[in-house]
Amino acid sequence: MVEGILFVVMGISALAGAVTVVVARNPIYSAMGLLGTLFSVAVLYVVQLAHLVAAVQIIVYAGAVMTLFLFVIMMVGVDKEETRKEELPLQRVMVGALAAVVIVAAGVITVVGDFDWVPAATTITGDSINGTVQAIAEPLFTDWVLAFEATALLLTIAAAGAIVLAQFKRQRS
Amino acid sequence: MIVPVDWYMALAAALFLIGALGMLLRRNALVMFMCIELMLNAVNLTLISAGRAMNDINGQVAVFFILVVAAAEVVVGLAIIVAIFRRRTSASVDELSELRG
Repeated sequence: MVEGILFVVMGISALAGAVTVVVARNPIYSAMGLLGTLFSVAVLYVVQLAHLVAAVQIIVYAGAVMTLFLFVIMMVGVDKEETRKEELPLQRVMVGALAAVVIVAAGVITVVGDFDWVPAATTITGDSINGTVQAIAEPLFTDWVLAFEATALLLTIAAAGAIVLAQFKRQRS
Repeated sequence: MIVPVDWYMALAAALFLIGALGMLLRRNALVMFMCIELMLNAVNLTLISAGRAMNDINGQVAVFFILVVAAAEVVVGLAIIVAIFRRRTSASVDELSELRG
């Protein structure tokens, strides 16, 4: 019962935030909408026992990434009016038609056909997936240790790349 | 009451769709970037839900890696946007046509 109520409330909140991201004219409002969506999705993680991932989602996304976004919005400026003039009207109609076909097909397959969203899903959800730090760390540092090292390297390269991009501009101008 | 995994999948699909629509409709590079984050979050939600439905902790581990890659992507992407903005004083992707053939 609790999960049902939380799903409805947080689902509506996440969808509202997502729509705000797309619709809002001011990028600040878009960032705030994204923040709301991130928090709602984090609550849905907690509901599904992914405690550590929810905490990391709040710390990394809502903390670091959104702060970075807001910084850049302040730098780039929010007063620039976005042009809404259509440059490719025919392409937009084509994409819309294609998207409508895909959505209708997906709906028909889901409703009519014998379709499972998650094929091997078990009906009983036990506590073996309780996402504590220990439960996440064990596969992370045994099965996925190579991928873990690779992401560490990736983060280092990304940080160095960001510094190089900033330095490069200063020398040019 | 346990919410069936289908509902989570449908919610994630709706979030992904909104993100993709924003990617197609908006011109502001920053807003397009936020739409990418939206789509990544929708995928993360599917991984968590499927992981729970299949009783597999590896879904949460995969979300962990996606979070790291998304953070790296945001760092580089925003650096590029700032670098472009310093030269062009605009965040609209329609004005970036130097590579037009």
